[in-house]
Amino acid sequence: MNLALSDEQVFLREAARGALSRFKTLEAAREALDGNDSALPDLWPTAREAGWPGLLIDEAHGGAGLDAFDAMLVLGECGRVLAGIPLLGHLPATAILGDGAGGSYQSQLLGDLATGERRAAYLPAQPPSELDERWSTDPASGAARSPLPSAGAAGADGRVPVTGSIAFVPDAPGADVLVGVAFLDGKAVGVAIDADAAGVSIEPVSRYDATRSLGHVSLDNAPALVLDAPEESLAAAWYLAQALIAAESLGSVETALDVTVAYAKERFTFGRAIGSYQAVKHSLTEVLRQLENGRSLLYYAGWARAGAPAEFALAASAARSVGGRALDTAARTMISVHGGIGATWEHDAPLYFRRAQLSRRLLGGTGSATDRVAGELIAQADAA
Amino acid sequence: MDLDDTPEQAAYRAQVRSWLDEHRGEAPVLQGPGALEDEDEIVAARRVWQGKLAEAGLAGVTWPKEYGGQGLGPIEQVICNQEIARAKVPGILDAIGVGMLGPTIIAHGSEEQKSRYLGAMLHGDEVWCQLFSEPAAGSDLAAVQTRARQQDDGSWRLTGQKVWTTNAQFASYGLLLARTDADVPKHKGLTMFVVPMDADGVTVRGLRQISGEAEFNEVFFDDVALDEGAVVGGVGNGWGTGLTTLMFERVTIGLGSEGMGYNSTRFAGAIARDAHARRDPEVRHQLGEIASELLAVRFTGYRTLTALQKGQTPGPEAGLAKVTIVAGAIKAGDLIADVIGPDALSEDSEWAYMISFLPGLKSAGGTEEILRNTIGERVLGLPPEPRLDKGIPFSELRSKEGAAA
Repeated sequence: MNLALSDEQVFLREAARGALSRFKTLEAAREALDGNDSALPDLWPTAREAGWPGLLIDEAHGGAGLDAFDAMLVLGECGRVLAGIPLLGHLPATAILGDGAGGSYQSQLLGDLATGERRAAYLPAQPPSELDERWSTDPASGAARSPLPSAGAAGADGRVPVTGSIAFVPDAPGADVLVGVAFLDGKAVGVAIDADAAGVSIEPVSRYDATRSLGHVSLDNAPALVLDAPEESLAAAWYLAQALIAAESLGSVETALDVTVAYAKERFTFGRAIGSYQAVKHSLTEVLRQLENGRSLLYYAGWARAGAPAEFALAASAARSVGGRALDTAARTMISVHGGIGATWEHDAPLYFRRAQLSRRLLGGTGSATDRVAGELIAQADAA
Repeated sequence: MDLDDTPEQAAYRAQVRSWLDEHRGEAPVLQGPGALEDEDEIVAARRVWQGKLAEAGLAGVTWPKEYGGQGLGPIEQVICNQEIARAKVPGILDAIGVGMLGPTIIAHGSEEQKSRYLGAMLHGDEVWCQLFSEPAAGSDLAAVQTRARQQDDGSWRLTGQKVWTTNAQFASYGLLLARTDADVPKHKGLTMFVVPMDADGVTVRGLRQISGEAEFNEVFFDDVALDEGAVVGGVGNGWGTGLTTLMFERVTIGLGSEGMGYNSTRFAGAIARDAHARRDPEVRHQLGEIASELLAVRFTGYRTLTALQKGQTPGPEAGLAKVTIVAGAIKAGDLIADVIGPDALSEDSEWAYMISFLPGLKSAGGTEEILRNTIGERVLGLPPEPRLDKGIPFSELRSKEGAAA
């Protein structure tokens, strides 16, 4: 029993914090909201230098051979400063590719993705549940889930034509390769599609939080390589994405709480620091409570991916559910404890609020992760 | 990061498991067919069972060897708890004594006290109770009014009332926090005593709660005589001694929080049994929210254990886990009863019992509001509430409180 960070993990986290501190990410986030997209720093070179693109790729393919928890530590640091690094899209894609034996293409691609020479985007596909027995993807608008893209018969080059659309794909704009799930002969299979291939269109979209790069992906008979990836691995990629966005959200909660606590100590009303009032103190301890719960679940998810794969869906969904709610609470508390100034453009609080609002609705939404927790536990109860 | 046993821990687990496999037939049956019903019989049987666990080294695992313990770490204690739960046999009867009061005596007691009390406590020969809370001193524990006055011959006379006392109806001894000097500020005038529960002037009364059952007691002291050797940790040092007990209380909660039965598996099982509710998105959403937080508490417990293994002391933030458990269980009780309907409230329903027990549990070990104050101040470093009792002799506090009202 040991839930402490290893020395290497502490180093990984400190190095990430150090590397990201060289950029004025919050100022850039605000400027980008004002329409100056070029203000956002390109952090991919920093990520490559640090070896983050290959975190989950084995050493034989040039990666670091680390596990989900290490990746979550890096995402947490990104979340602290709202750094827009396309790891949320890239890492689950590398996990799918790395899980299969693969051919020479898959092997070559992993090598390129490990160094970050090429960048991947994961096309999020939600695995079936008791309530919805189909695989599904995020829709462009509305409550109805979209179907998986479908694949046709293989052509002469061995590639299959894939048709369909997936909305709000994290980090799709500028990606070199798209890795996702498609229906082939009534079965969900892993596919890789070159982003510049014929029939691929990626429409960059921006919603509310300028630090988050998203794209609507349309595939019209786009040539796809069918991957050697078991269905469990395709489902695990979805849960990995849930765990990563949970870690990123909890990183944002840490900063929001630190900043708000500092303000509550220095701001005085009626002759007292506002942090001495129970109403303020209790709302801050509520943020801490949710943060600590979220942290504990990151350990669960980080351990379960390799240590108890049958529990990974539960662990990652629980982390997403608690992490998402924690960020909602932290962002709103940050604004209200700061009073009116917390709702002004110049303040950082609205940036965390925007992050919270958008994150909550990506990758199936926090609510679907919460439902998944119930579903997994009900399935466990049935099996017991 | 690793949740598996080391080879040494696995060997220890196997040893505990094999003892339990061999001796489980000697354990008292508390549930199901053939269960004991008479409370006196239950207590007697559980005391005998505690003695056997102690002989086998399955009680007081973390106690030093010289006092009959095993001198092992918190991880072995947890392994022991897990295996006892797995074997579906009762644990020790006197968890409060062995988990909190014994360690306090080990830390602060005299050699004479240690040799007199610890062995009998560990083996269940003498059960103990914790006499801290009073009707007007709960969260503000240092406000205790039970008064001990020293006599010319060095002995003491004790008068006052305690409340929320678990096991007092069959305890042999209690560890009691009393005021010995009212003319100094309230934290300074306190002293810890060992009180024989069969002494003249001690009255124990069951305190019935919402469920109708009496899980706790009120204890009255009417001019009870205590000898000079009853003081634990020195006269005037009662607050520091009591903090040790409260620290061990946090350890106990941190290591055994799931033992209360407020866990995601149990609650999800109740929903899973209802074919309609398990497919109702609103029910699932609520279950998901509750269960996620309760799952988190399990892993917070493992984090606490990791810290303990590294020799760190759990801080007040462990109290947040208690807030989560109680709030989660309250929501789960409401959800499950909403699903089942009025039948959930029938007298023999496990849910009715849980629903009745939780409102009081919310305040046990300090109210949620006080826990949040303490955590805000000690963990987040927020400034304290202005208070009227700082540096004021306890004897003057009452008139000050009157003036402020």
